[in-house]
Amino acid sequence: MAKRDPIYGMMAEFDSAQALVDAAKKTHEAGYKKIDAYSPFPIEGLAEEIGMHFDEVPLTVLIGGIIGGCTGYLMQYWMSAVDYPLNIGGKPPHSWPAFIVITFEMTILFAGISAVLGMLAFNGLPMPYHPVFNVPRFALASKDRFFLIVFSSDKKYSAADTRKFLEGLAPRSISEVPS
Amino acid sequence: MPEQFKSSTELERAPVIEPGHTFGTVTEKISAIVLTRPASNGWFIGFGLFFMVTMMMLYAIGYLFLKGIGIWGVTIPIGWGFAIVNFVWWIGIGHAGTLISAILLLLRQSWRNSINRFAEAMTLFAVACAGIFPAIHVGRPWLAYWLFPYPNTMRVWPQFRSPLMWDVFAVSTYATISALFWFTGLIPDFATLRDRSEKPILKMVYGMLSFGWRGSARHWHRYETMYLLLAGLATPLVLSVHTVVSFDFAIGIVPGWHTTIFPPYFVAGAIYSGFAMVLMLAIPIRKIYGLEDFITERHLQNSAKVMLATGLIVAYGYGIEAFMGWYSGERTDSFLLWNRLHGPYAFWYWSLLICNIFIPQVLWIRKLRTSPIALFFVSGVILVGMWLERFVIVVLSLHRDFLTSSWGMYYPTRWDYMTYVGTIGMFLMLMFLFLRVLPAISIFEMRTLLPEAEVKE
Repeated sequence: MAKRDPIYGMMAEFDSAQALVDAAKKTHEAGYKKIDAYSPFPIEGLAEEIGMHFDEVPLTVLIGGIIGGCTGYLMQYWMSAVDYPLNIGGKPPHSWPAFIVITFEMTILFAGISAVLGMLAFNGLPMPYHPVFNVPRFALASKDRFFLIVFSSDKKYSAADTRKFLEGLAPRSISEVPS
Repeated sequence: MPEQFKSSTELERAPVIEPGHTFGTVTEKISAIVLTRPASNGWFIGFGLFFMVTMMMLYAIGYLFLKGIGIWGVTIPIGWGFAIVNFVWWIGIGHAGTLISAILLLLRQSWRNSINRFAEAMTLFAVACAGIFPAIHVGRPWLAYWLFPYPNTMRVWPQFRSPLMWDVFAVSTYATISALFWFTGLIPDFATLRDRSEKPILKMVYGMLSFGWRGSARHWHRYETMYLLLAGLATPLVLSVHTVVSFDFAIGIVPGWHTTIFPPYFVAGAIYSGFAMVLMLAIPIRKIYGLEDFITERHLQNSAKVMLATGLIVAYGYGIEAFMGWYSGERTDSFLLWNRLHGPYAFWYWSLLICNIFIPQVLWIRKLRTSPIALFFVSGVILVGMWLERFVIVVLSLHRDFLTSSWGMYYPTRWDYMTYVGTIGMFLMLMFLFLRVLPAISIFEMRTLLPEAEVKE
């Protein structure tokens, strides 16, 4: 296993959502690519500012829904028309209109479960430990403070320069994040 | 501007959050209910009382398992008694929670943010209460799992052409999606509670429940996509659930059941009773926990308007039922109408009309629509009315069908009442627990409503 960098990154704290968005934009434009931003509520457009261009969740849900619909229909078809065909009220074994309701419900069920699991999986959650939690002030990220981090794995990262750059963004505080 | 219009536009603008709040105060105020506020005597008394009522329900169900459904009042021709009445009533109540959390989200009705969390909890608990009834009314409840298609030694499969099977899938999907929606909505708030709690044990529990949420912008992006898609999926789902419940009746040929008006009329009735329950819960909660800043007059008013609208759809349903009874020329259908108005259960049918149609019309008056006490009362009346509606649909259609020789009467026993009252107790007990251990209002969604959350490009 590669030796882990003792420093995870440099973190700056901001007072408002606006300040975070502006800072994230400047940091990304300054050539820092491995950055992340933390806020107590979703901020529209912030993910794009820090270089996120693709969201995997919609495709996951689509695939999940298609699988669910096919499962629902084929299950009913196989059980009622192939494995154990029963004549009920003279209806054909493959009476498709009666199968639509369950097909629909299974589509929703699978799509919904894939939405949640997909969100968690692509976000890498659950993850009880994360280096950012080492910063005591980070507890405020779930209340009213906004944080921006430049990871030490970034090519441009250097303790002195990055700190200087972040200071230029007028943050409330700056801390080094141990990993 | 004339005086009466002026006051009306001012009321229209009643804020979703009272002014003066910041991210900090919103967070503090909501999380304090869970973290720092000591449980009051009133809470213990209420919880204890409803806990005992729940125990009564378990006793009634235990005795049912011992003796069989003969202890209930159901006999031929009324094979569906309280169990189905209560099932439909509870599942309908649940619908308002999904409507608030999903449909109003898609319609960008941001006022929903302060009531969606406990409305979703209400959905979940109502579905839990509803789920009890079909499971225990099957006669041999320990075999209720036969409803699910699983490979078995008998080598047979469920009958998928039956609406009762559709119901199994619809309700279990609904319960699953509601639980997912509710839980994922809680994840960011669990993170807040994790960071705010002082006790290590609470930190650990909330930390685990939060899945290590840290509020990264990328996470929020996927989270929001997921939330929106889940809302988009829950919207047709919630409409389908009560539609399928109505199919349980409408696919049959019993007079009064075999009508095409049932699906829309059931869905409207569900939302009607659900909003009544939301108000009956919200009005005391906002008072007791001092949440008038977050659940404002605007929420009460909007809910009242939804009730008024859905109530009129329900009234239309009754009207069409009566009209078709006469217009179809079917003797059994016109007899059904006569029997409702003049038969042995006429008192209940008239009570239903009074509770569901006449009394709620007072909501046209703005003064009553904004008065918590009046709304609480009207909501209670609506809940009673909607229960009566299900009673009328289930019992009145069955008790006198095509052949006079097979007519009968339905007399619910004490076990029926104990089970029914017991589920109300269980529902309220769960609500009491929910208020103490989870944030009853979505904290992170409240933050987005504050003016300081706005970001300019």
